[in-house]
Amino acid sequence: MDDLLQEFIAETRETMEALSGEIIAWEADPSDRARLDAIFRFVHTVKGSCGFLDLPRLARLSHAAEDVLSAVRAGERVPDARLVNAVLAIVDRIGEIVEAIDGGAALDDSGEDLLIAALDGKAEPAAHAPTQAVQRAPTRSVRLSVELLDRMMSGMSDMVLARNELARRLRDNVDPAVEASLDRLSLTVAEMRDTVTRTRMQKIDALFSALPRMVRDTAAGLGKSVTLSIEGADVELDREMIEMLRDPLGHIIRNSIDHGIEPPADRRKAGKRENGALNVSARQSGNQIIVEIADDGRGIDTDKVVAKLVAAGRSEAELRALSEKARLDLVFEPGLTTKDEVTEVSGRGVGMDVVRANIEQIGGRIELSSQRGQGLTTTIHVPLTLSIISAIVLGAANQRFAMTRQSIEEIVRVRADGAVKIDRLGTTPIATVRERRLPLVDLATILGLACADRGDPSMLVIVGVPGGSYALAVCDVLDNEELVIKPAAPAVMASGLFAGQTLPDSGQPMLLLDSAGIASAAGLQFTRETAPADENAAEAEPVVPALLFLDLDGVRRAVPLAVVDRVVPVDTAHIHFTAGELRLSIDGRILPLTAQGGLDGREQVSVLRLTDGVGEIGYAIAEALDIADLPCAMTPAREPGAIAGVVAVDGDQVEMIDPHWLFAEQARLGAGSGERPICLLTGREAGWMATFLRPALERAGYRVATGLKHGESAALTLAMDDDPDPPAGAAVLRLSREPRNDNAAIFRYDRAGLVEALARHAVGAE
Amino acid sequence: MADLFLIARIAGRQVAIASDQVDSVVDIGEIVPVPAADARVRGLAALRSKVMTVIDTRAVLGLPRSDEAPGRAVITIVDGHHYAILVDALDDVTPCALLPLAGGIVLAGGWRGIGCGVVELDGEPVLAIDLHAMIPGVAQAA
Repeated sequence: MDDLLQEFIAETRETMEALSGEIIAWEADPSDRARLDAIFRFVHTVKGSCGFLDLPRLARLSHAAEDVLSAVRAGERVPDARLVNAVLAIVDRIGEIVEAIDGGAALDDSGEDLLIAALDGKAEPAAHAPTQAVQRAPTRSVRLSVELLDRMMSGMSDMVLARNELARRLRDNVDPAVEASLDRLSLTVAEMRDTVTRTRMQKIDALFSALPRMVRDTAAGLGKSVTLSIEGADVELDREMIEMLRDPLGHIIRNSIDHGIEPPADRRKAGKRENGALNVSARQSGNQIIVEIADDGRGIDTDKVVAKLVAAGRSEAELRALSEKARLDLVFEPGLTTKDEVTEVSGRGVGMDVVRANIEQIGGRIELSSQRGQGLTTTIHVPLTLSIISAIVLGAANQRFAMTRQSIEEIVRVRADGAVKIDRLGTTPIATVRERRLPLVDLATILGLACADRGDPSMLVIVGVPGGSYALAVCDVLDNEELVIKPAAPAVMASGLFAGQTLPDSGQPMLLLDSAGIASAAGLQFTRETAPADENAAEAEPVVPALLFLDLDGVRRAVPLAVVDRVVPVDTAHIHFTAGELRLSIDGRILPLTAQGGLDGREQVSVLRLTDGVGEIGYAIAEALDIADLPCAMTPAREPGAIAGVVAVDGDQVEMIDPHWLFAEQARLGAGSGERPICLLTGREAGWMATFLRPALERAGYRVATGLKHGESAALTLAMDDDPDPPAGAAVLRLSREPRNDNAAIFRYDRAGLVEALARHAVGAE
Repeated sequence: MADLFLIARIAGRQVAIASDQVDSVVDIGEIVPVPAADARVRGLAALRSKVMTVIDTRAVLGLPRSDEAPGRAVITIVDGHHYAILVDALDDVTPCALLPLAGGIVLAGGWRGIGCGVVELDGEPVLAIDLHAMIPGVAQAA
């Protein structure tokens, strides 16, 4: 935080120095729009920085000044001498407070209300003497111009080259004293070089580390909640670039949270998670660093943008004629905001024009991609110029080329054992690297260089590009160097094969290969490749993890692991054969239990508690054996039952339990489900039926009732043959007290006939 | 109106180069070829810590590449890129007045693209050339 504060102070101080001229010019000519904009940007930047540095006084002052200036920009107020004075008083005050913060001195805030009131023209600005008592604290940092660093850097490179030249010339001189001196020089030069290099480079983390706090505070101030994720914080970037990116990034993120991400209630309505997602990522791509800020908010409403500009006096027809993309870019117009109310955070339309100006100043560009209702992705491209990259030096046809390490997946040597080999499809050579087939590109050929030997290459560099990978055949892999990459002349870049040029220690210029450019020059086409891991899984036989166990009848069986909740030891005393089936008393409840084989003679068994996520059943076994991946391919059982089929495990046959059948059976038998069809018992013998037939009826899937509640209807009605006809609407099954020879009724103790009749009705019901 | 002109010799002919196009004059050392580039690009060479793109003047003129090792070059800077234009020899620096090509004179071959006028040197006409016109990939300003 202290670092940030120091930077803020230094930056504000610098801007103020630069601004003093602007202020005087504006004072002389208040209608000068350019000066007004410059001052406006200054207070806006101060306000933005105060937001996350927690400097409420500065925030208040700058916010007030910004309000007024924004009114002037919108033409609502005229910049008369009084207003100019009031604004200048605020700017002065900001300077004083900044100095006070730096010096750690207290500065009383009397008169600040007056200053702010003066902005509205209600009070005269207090004639106030600037506090001169504040002395600058000694700072331990120096701000250098990047130009100076540039000169230092190129001087350093010259020094390295001179050292190399000297070393070459002294190679024949074997005087140990000279050699020792040279070594010391080399060491010092190398160290210096590192230091000088480091003065320019910084991890982009320096930029990203302030984001979580900023996002949190901004979101909290707006009553929103935002989840920030950051990627690529270790991408290294030129210090100057980082400084130049700081404000734009802040603006974009604040805009995203304020304009993009909706309040939680709206997000719920839109079917999104309440927490907005904000993703900030940095990556290197070719000779550019790409910083991407993606939110899942409402995106940019281009109609609204157009409407605003029309309201500001632009021609509607002209704006309507623009493409969607061009209309999106209208947000970069100065003075535009689509938000109707002004907030502490943003919404004055400063920002996007400033953002674009800042980014273009460093030779970058900014792109918007908006999906209305889905979110906005802002992509900032900044050049890699002066960025140091880690590169691998490759040799092809006696020439050296560099390739960024980032794009190289691995480097392999063609091996006799076949793990890495070159195959031919027709006449096209392809590389097979550990079962992975890759297109093969010969570096020398694609560069049009003559290679001495035309045999199969021995070294392959596996290069990853968007969409896939390819193998690049090279003659040699020479070195691994940190290189300062600079853009090459257009004539050199024209082929699309190179991403830049560099001057390594050898003093010989070297070209940086563009991995994607080579792929396209070679005509490679990638359809999105699935991850190699998935590929392997797809090739292998599908398996299902299963629990192998020894069943009570001594047979080895298996059950899919997914349905096994747990395995518990159970005393056989808790297992009873009640009401036609085995039941297990466990944990205060009764669980239906399946067993294949007798429990006799055992005091304890293991019980697999199987679950389908809702219900639970037990399956008694002798012991659990192992967990294994079993092939899905299975010889099905001849008849449906508890055994689904047989699988081969290490040459053995293992019966696979069919959990579906077990649960289906249980569902058929199980009590309690209210969804079953009703079997209505009527007539004089209803009592007998309820007592004697209920189990059979329930087993057949009916719920037994002797009367219908309101709204219920019977699927089947049971009655004796001499009962009067029950109300129509349901199938009627009649029973007789005596055996009969017709089909009109079933003898009530003809169990087989009854079951068959019930089954027939059940089928009919379906 | 007399500007300084560098009198050089390319492809055996004397030419004049406006000095405001010339950054410096150097001896070219080893040249690293650039594969797949325009034939006019001879390669890259290092001058202290700068990398320069070396332009082969003979290729610009449509002549076969000479077997001689390149020696001297005139450095010119376009859009921040350093280009080294190979020359056979450098003769002199002298103030001259640039005259337009007289009516009816049409330069032949590769010279047409680079000639931009005539200077008088000791009573002899010498072709003035535009270095930037020799550089491939640079948009020509009319």
